[in-house]
Amino acid sequence: MTKLTIISGGIRQPSSTRLLAERLEAAVRADLGASNVQVTSSFVELRPLAHPIMDAMLTGFAAPALEAVFETVAGADAVIAVTPAFNVSYSGLFKSFFDVLPEETLSDMPVLIAATGGTDRHSLVLEHSLRPMFSYLHALVSPTGVYAATDDFGSQQTALSQRIAKAAADFTRLVQACGPHQRRNVFAEELSAMQQLLGNAPGNPT
Amino acid sequence: MTGMQFGIFTVGDVTPDPTTGRAPTEAERIRATVAIAKKAEEVGLDVFATGEHHNPPFVPSSPTTLLGYIAARTERIILSTSTTLITTNDPVKIAEDFTVLQHLSGGRTDVMLGRGNTGPVYPWFGQDIRQAVPLTVEHYGLLRRLWREEVVDWQGTFRTPLQGFTLAPRPLDGVPPFVWHGAIRTPEIAELAAHHGDGFFANHIFWPASHTRRLVQLYRQRFAHYGHGTAAQAIVGLGGQVFMRKNSQDAVREFRPYFDNAPVYGHGPSLEEFTELTPLTVGSPEQVIERTLGFRTYVGDYQRQLFLVDHAGLPLKTVLEQLDLLGAEVVPVLRKEFAVGRPAEVPPAPTHQSLLQAKGASPAVATTPTT
Repeated sequence: MTKLTIISGGIRQPSSTRLLAERLEAAVRADLGASNVQVTSSFVELRPLAHPIMDAMLTGFAAPALEAVFETVAGADAVIAVTPAFNVSYSGLFKSFFDVLPEETLSDMPVLIAATGGTDRHSLVLEHSLRPMFSYLHALVSPTGVYAATDDFGSQQTALSQRIAKAAADFTRLVQACGPHQRRNVFAEELSAMQQLLGNAPGNPT
Repeated sequence: MTGMQFGIFTVGDVTPDPTTGRAPTEAERIRATVAIAKKAEEVGLDVFATGEHHNPPFVPSSPTTLLGYIAARTERIILSTSTTLITTNDPVKIAEDFTVLQHLSGGRTDVMLGRGNTGPVYPWFGQDIRQAVPLTVEHYGLLRRLWREEVVDWQGTFRTPLQGFTLAPRPLDGVPPFVWHGAIRTPEIAELAAHHGDGFFANHIFWPASHTRRLVQLYRQRFAHYGHGTAAQAIVGLGGQVFMRKNSQDAVREFRPYFDNAPVYGHGPSLEEFTELTPLTVGSPEQVIERTLGFRTYVGDYQRQLFLVDHAGLPLKTVLEQLDLLGAEVVPVLRKEFAVGRPAEVPPAPTHQSLLQAKGASPAVATTPTT
C-alpha cells in the first residue's frame, strides 16, 4: 500500500492546476497498479486553507484543520505538488503552505513537481523555483516534472499525455525504490542531542 | 493552602495604544512598569517578573537594575525574570547581579533563564545563535558553580577561563536563587531543567495547549529519571494571558483593538479563534478563574502561575484595573480552588526561606548540587 498525497495550489473553479494534479495522480496510480501496488490518494486543496496558512505564518502554530493537513502530508509515502505559475515562480499561496509545513516533513520524501501557466514560456518555473525549494526541504525530487500551458489542454493533448506518462513512470520507479517513507521526529532528535550534550558536559555532577 | 504562587510578568514592550495611535515614551513605560509592580504587591500577588531585551521597542535591558529599584519600593513580592538570557549574558555577571539583588531584597529573588530568540542579540554580545544550546549548557554549568563553590577554576568554549575566582557577594545565607528554566516549545530546556532538578516554566501563552502538555510531561518524566523525585514532585510554572471586565462582552469589545493590532499575533486569527486555541482568556473574572483552574488537567498540579497583563499597548490605568480584578476576585479564589484535591506529595513553590530550611535540615544534602 502506497499513500499518495496530492497538493494542488489551484485557485479557480474549474482549475487547470487541479486538472493536471488529477491526471498525474491517475497516471501514477495506474503505473503502481501495474506493479501490483495499491495506492491510497489524498487530495489537498490549498485555496480553502488560505486563511489558516496565513494565520500559521503569523502566529507560528497551525489551527487543527491545518494541523490535520500537515499530518496527511507527513504520513504520505509520496507527494505530488502542483502550482499555478505566478510571476515566474510558484504562487505565494503555494510557497506559504510549504513555509509553514513543519521542518523535515518532506525529508527523504519522493516528490513529483508540476505547474500550470498561460503559455509555455514559463515552463522553467519547475527547474528554477520548485526543484530548488523542494531540494532545500530535503525531498527527493523526481527528475521529470510536468508543466502544462493552457494550449496543452487543447489540440496538443497527446503531447501533454506523453509528458504525464513519462513523469509518472519516472516517479513510480522512484517511489518503489524508496519504499514506505520514514517520518522524522524533530522533537525526539533535539531531545536526544541535548541528552548527549548533558552527558558529555564536563563538570556536570549527575 | 497550596504554597502556589501567583503573579505577573512583563516583556517591557513599548507599543502604541491602537485606540489612540500614541506609544508611551520609554520613560513613561519604565515608570509604568514600576507602578505595575507596586500595584501587584498591593493587591496581594506573590511574584513580579521582567523579561530582557536589547533593542527597541523594548525597555528592559537591565533587569536587575529595575528589580533592585522595585525591591526598595516593596516589602513582600518576589522579584524574578522572564527570562534572563543565559546565552548572551556573561554567567559571572548574572551570578553577581542576582546575588546582589538577593541581598538587597532580603531573599525575595529567583531567576528564570532562557535562550532568547532575537537573532541580532547574539552577535551584539559576541555569540553565535547557532550555538544557543551548547552555550546554554556551558554558561549554566558555570553559573551553578559560581553560586555554590567558593573558589572556581573553570575552562570552557564560549568564555575566557577563570582561575581562582571567588564570586562576591556570596549568595544570601549561602542559598543560591531558585532557578526556573523557561521554554516556549523545544524540548532541550525541559531536559536541562530536569537534569538539574530545577524548575521548568512553560511560556504557554500564544501556543496551543498540546505543545505545553508535551513539554511539561517530558520535564516531569525526565525529572524523575534523573532521581530528583517523582514526576508529581517536579516544579512547574505556567504563563497565562488575561484581559478582564466585570461583564464578559465589555472585556471582548474593549480588548479587541489591542488584540487585532498586537505585535505577536495581530492581523492573524480572530480574537475568538485565538482564545479558543491558546490560553488567552478575555472575559469576566469568573471565566479567568475557570480557565486557569483547567490548566492543571494537562500540566498536573503546579507551583507558579504568572499572567501577562500589560502587553499590546494597554494604558497604565487599564493594567492597574486588571490587577485590581486579579487581586480582589481571581487570585483569592484560585488559591482556594487549586488546593482542592492537590496531593500532599506535590511541593509548594520554592522560596528563599524553604530552600534555607532544606539546607539547614540536611547539611549533607545541601552540599550536593541538586537545588
